Amino acid sequence: MKDELTSFLNERFAGGILAVEEFRSQISYRIKPEALFLICETLQKDGQFAVKYLADITCVDWLGHEREKEGRFEVVYNLYSYRYKYRFFLNVRLNPDRPKVASLTPIWKGANWLEREVFDLFGIIFEGHPNLTKIVTPDELEGHPLRKDFPLTWEQPHFSWNKDDPPEVIK
Amino acid sequence: MTTTKPAEPKTITLNMGPQHPSTHGVLRVKLELDGERVIHAEPIIGYLHTGIEKTMESKLYYKALPATDRIDYLAPMSNNLGYCLAVEKLMDIEVPDKVKWARVCLAELTRVSSHLVWLGTHALDLGAASMLLYAFRERESIVDIYEACGGQRMMTSYIRIGGLSKDLPTDFDKKVRNIIKTIREKIKDYETLLSENPIFINRTKGVAVISADDAINYSLSGPLLRGSGVNYDVRKANPYSGYENFNFVVPLGKNGDAYDRYLIRLEEMRQSLNIAEQAINGMPEGPYRAHVPGVVLPPKEDVLYKMESLIFHFKIITDGFKAPVGSVYQAIESPKGELGFFITGDGTNKPRRVRVRPPSFVNLGSLPKLSEGSLLSDVICAIGSIDIVLGEVDR
Repeated sequence: MKDELTSFLNERFAGGILAVEEFRSQISYRIKPEALFLICETLQKDGQFAVKYLADITCVDWLGHEREKEGRFEVVYNLYSYRYKYRFFLNVRLNPDRPKVASLTPIWKGANWLEREVFDLFGIIFEGHPNLTKIVTPDELEGHPLRKDFPLTWEQPHFSWNKDDPPEVIK
Repeated sequence: MTTTKPAEPKTITLNMGPQHPSTHGVLRVKLELDGERVIHAEPIIGYLHTGIEKTMESKLYYKALPATDRIDYLAPMSNNLGYCLAVEKLMDIEVPDKVKWARVCLAELTRVSSHLVWLGTHALDLGAASMLLYAFRERESIVDIYEACGGQRMMTSYIRIGGLSKDLPTDFDKKVRNIIKTIREKIKDYETLLSENPIFINRTKGVAVISADDAINYSLSGPLLRGSGVNYDVRKANPYSGYENFNFVVPLGKNGDAYDRYLIRLEEMRQSLNIAEQAINGMPEGPYRAHVPGVVLPPKEDVLYKMESLIFHFKIITDGFKAPVGSVYQAIESPKGELGFFITGDGTNKPRRVRVRPPSFVNLGSLPKLSEGSLLSDVICAIGSIDIVLGEVDR
């Protein structure tokens, strides 16, 4: 499955696949953000691989790490094929000046909440999402808590009596 | 002269929750109703968000473990197992056979206890109040096993990176055998109470239906997915922790309704008891922790008498261990569905990213699909049949 999939992706999307990484026998393909939607649509519709299941969407913030130069945010798509019992990953690298990638909600309805959560916690914008709003954090909270530059403990002023106070950062 | 009445709004908006007993926690559902029919249901979550992922990312690998108990507090052992397997994969640790068998046994007992709570609360929602007491009575015996193993009844943290926190108690197999025997009998009682109960059948059959294709498209997992007839169980598809050595059947539904999910969970409880019994019968002898100096804590007995063990113990507790750069994902079949841990190491002693793939959260995303077009009372049944734990939904 691994070799077939790699050669299939390389043939069909020659410029879209930037790199293939293997770590602990897990394959992840780094792809161009523009190519993401087409690749996912092809894999889902394709009869040969039958990648019907989007297990998860998440993001890694590489701020301050040497991997940051390839793009600070790594959005990871966790895909699974029931037929081959095979799991693989697609990832796209985005920079904070333009953290935008196409939404997968037209392909998988399960992407709806997963993308909303990544938007809420990392501030990645999924273009074409029907309802890209906060999902777990309070409406008043500013910022995206799972970014590495968001302080670990921070009390945002919520009330009129302390709204002019600077936010207190406890180290 | 005739006056035209101003057009009345046809629908009303009703808030269910966040303090509603049938939402199993602080879940709020915004319902748009036409009479008693649901036009649109929108779950609103986040009332219990405590930033567990951020907390775990700020701690050493060992010290992040207790946070996993609090994700799905009805199945603490499953969460411990998922996290430990993911870290073991990241660090490339192989654990002894005894550890695998003990983990399987405890994870299956956890599934039984979680399903018992589900059964009690779900039946209570639908009017069978006595089930709650019966289910909690049986769950108590499993919680006693946790206490005997790890000393804690709910937040166990018993399964540790590379093994267990201490050896299994001496009368472990006797206790587990007793529980298996009792609960097997009791499941028959539950069936006589519910399976052919006309009220229960009326409330669940043909309610909250989802087709197999939709279930896959909504990324569902666990009994919700198998209720629609999709044969996907992580234990069978991608075995972990030695599950390939156990004989068990994955029950499948046909209609994808709440009644099928009930039958599946009952059958899963029986299968789990079978697996636990196999694990007890075949429990190998051996150490309860892997021997990987510098990564896995040495056994406590050694720490008291051996110099090297004491040094390693001190080093691991204060500095932790450095993980390689890379991401791993380990999925397990938790009672609620596919629970995955996505852990990214960045060469330091703290994880760069810990992502919990929460089955309850993803499954709850299908609530609009399950309840639209149905009656208001069926929304309660739909929420119950998804089996959510709000601690896991919000994290």
